[in-house]
Amino acid sequence: MCCTDMALAYVEAHAAWSEANTKPSLARDYATFLSRAADGTARAAFAVEGVRCAGCMNAIERGLADLPGIGGARLNFSDRRLTVTWKPEAEADIGAVLAALDALGFKAQPFAPGRLSDAEAAESQRLIRALAVAGFASMNVMLLAISVWAGNVSDMTPENRDLFHWIQAVIALPAAAYAGRPFYEGAFRGLRAGRVTMDFPITLGVVLTLVMSVVESLSGAAHAYFDGAVMLLFFLLIGRVLDQTMRRRTRAFAENLAALRSESATLVDAAGTLRDVPAAELRAGARILVRPGERVPADGVVEHGASDLDQSLVTGETAAVTVRGGDRVFAGALNGNGALTVRVTAAAGASLLDEVEGLMQRALEARSRALVLADTATRLYVPLVHTAAALTLAGWLAAGAGWHAALLDAVAVLIVTCPCALGLAIPAVQVVAAGALFREGVLLNDGTALERFAEIDTVVFDKTGTLTLPLPTLAEGPPDDGALMQAARLALSSRHPMAAALAPAASGADPFPGAQEAAGLGVRAHIDGVELRLGSARFCEAEAQAEAALAANPDASVICFRAGNDTPVAFVVRQALRPDAVEVVASLRQAGRRVMILSGDRPSAVEAVARRLGVTEWEAGLTPPDKIGRIEALQREGRRVLMVGDGLNDAPALAAAHASLSPVTASHVSQAAADALFLGRDLAPVLAVLAAGRRARRLMVQNLWFSAAYNVVAVPLAAAGLLTPLIAALAMSGSSLVVTLNALRARAMTPCVLPGAADVSTGPNLVPQRVGGGT
Amino acid sequence: MNVLLLVIPIALALGTLGLFAFLWALRSGQYDDIEGAEYRVLHDD
Repeated sequence: MCCTDMALAYVEAHAAWSEANTKPSLARDYATFLSRAADGTARAAFAVEGVRCAGCMNAIERGLADLPGIGGARLNFSDRRLTVTWKPEAEADIGAVLAALDALGFKAQPFAPGRLSDAEAAESQRLIRALAVAGFASMNVMLLAISVWAGNVSDMTPENRDLFHWIQAVIALPAAAYAGRPFYEGAFRGLRAGRVTMDFPITLGVVLTLVMSVVESLSGAAHAYFDGAVMLLFFLLIGRVLDQTMRRRTRAFAENLAALRSESATLVDAAGTLRDVPAAELRAGARILVRPGERVPADGVVEHGASDLDQSLVTGETAAVTVRGGDRVFAGALNGNGALTVRVTAAAGASLLDEVEGLMQRALEARSRALVLADTATRLYVPLVHTAAALTLAGWLAAGAGWHAALLDAVAVLIVTCPCALGLAIPAVQVVAAGALFREGVLLNDGTALERFAEIDTVVFDKTGTLTLPLPTLAEGPPDDGALMQAARLALSSRHPMAAALAPAASGADPFPGAQEAAGLGVRAHIDGVELRLGSARFCEAEAQAEAALAANPDASVICFRAGNDTPVAFVVRQALRPDAVEVVASLRQAGRRVMILSGDRPSAVEAVARRLGVTEWEAGLTPPDKIGRIEALQREGRRVLMVGDGLNDAPALAAAHASLSPVTASHVSQAAADALFLGRDLAPVLAVLAAGRRARRLMVQNLWFSAAYNVVAVPLAAAGLLTPLIAALAMSGSSLVVTLNALRARAMTPCVLPGAADVSTGPNLVPQRVGGGT
Repeated sequence: MNVLLLVIPIALALGTLGLFAFLWALRSGQYDDIEGAEYRVLHDD
């Protein structure tokens, strides 16, 4: 054994035995979270949990300003992020800031905003600038245009009218060139990829309208349509900005949640010293220490130590798996009672099973081929409009009108059909519905998912962490209350997840002084000369009691307690059902939906849950390919499947299903694959999402029909050559207004309060339930 | 109608002023935290 290994052996023993590891006090390496400005001032961003009011904001900003070296602290209330800047000469100490926040009662984590969010921020700034320019131009052009319309029916001289038209051109042309860029670029990108997107008719409409207006102004005609072109851009940009804002807000909260889970790893370097680093920085070959109660941060092979792992987030299996030197461990597994030294085999980010990734890719591709409403509308709309314009041109030519008049009317058709209402019809509903869901504690990853939620007729649940709460809880009242109290106080000193289930029963009592955790066994303390022990059956010599308890509860686990030489007590611990699971499943079935459970756990555990929920269709012991297979079989039968799951093993199934939902405690991969995430302990968001989807889809379809009806009236008018700029302006703004107002109805969400269920609405402030120990 | 040559440029200039004021506010980050602004008013510092 070389010196490094001795150091490691010491470290492991220390980590496993020391009471101090209930609060790891290692110096963390935060350098990656710091960014420096040109003048040498350092700044860092934090995701902060628990900010609810103006008082919190005030307390944080003032509290931090008193720290030495801090230049300023500013909390962004909209996305709950804190930016701290240090004075140029000061040493940037992130640990001190975290400690100060902790003292103030806020949990925070340093946060490195990704490059993706920078690009998104730049894009939304660009859209807002374009919106401002289009708004300015449309107001001023409209002012002049109304003067012309009034002048045309009174005594305006042709010279003045031409002057007004030219002033309009001077405002509208540069404004349209600037504000229309998002659409022009989109149209070009689409054409290069061989697709006609909605941007194409918009670009064509705007450009033709402007060209025609310039030509008309040159010939001193009575009508010009500059106002129509810029107003169109203004309305469409409103839709784009709303869409972008919704997506950024959801993403910002998802990123905060990820940061607050504090993905960190304890790196062991060659000399045996320990350093906390962000999990994202782990490279293959690194050696990490996983302490009891922590999650394994990356895939790897165990080098030293032995422990029981809770792999439920990886495989759905609730029974603990024992690992020792040479065994593989996967990111997301919760370490039980022993410290492990792990050599990382796959770096973070690549730390999922290749199989899962491959399956998910395939499933996602299949889903992206599905046509959403907006695509269908574009496919119908573009050829129809362009045919109508061509027919108008041909018709007028055949009727003997000159080229000038025929072209004018054809362009008028293109202007009046410009997809103002159509462009707002779907994004407006998506934004309003996503906002309403957000208030109910559901984060929508993908706006088009709403339509898919509307079509669901089969709901497939994963068991572990989805129907059940992610953390185990004490199953039923034990025979002896005093023993429970003592066991719970002892449990406070342990990081083992089973002990965490007992800890709440201590109800505010302090942990026993001098309690020690024994690796792989449990916790012990000497109180008044009596030795108290909490841990495995072997540790408490309670094999008989444990066996009896397990025989009565095949789906549970036991943790034993013994005071001195008294009779030991076995506490039954299981992952409890979510509080409203029974009601939610019942109302899903009442609404005529088929409910199934597909789990990776053992049959006895799944059967117990299925029986309590009254679900007859369930399967256990499924691997990820099995789950995909079952879901694909259902979809081949023509069922539209909603998959609700959280584990790494559910990720491919989430991607394969027609629509998918994950609790916020889910593994990263699952969160990325799911269409929406829900917060909190309740399962009711499943109902909320389905109801919101149906409502949103109904409103979208109404909006699309309204846009179609509007065109049916407007196109003949334009084709007949009766379209004046006044009518065009009224029709455009009127139809956009109607569509937007209709979309606002998606706010009035029918609250799905269940009989006997706890408070369903959980605001976005809700803190994520912490997954396991972490740091 | 010569007054038009005076009034229209004035109107446009004022409008442009408003536009640039908005763009400046946007760039200087005043729209970054819309929810926070309503609480910040209440701070007495």
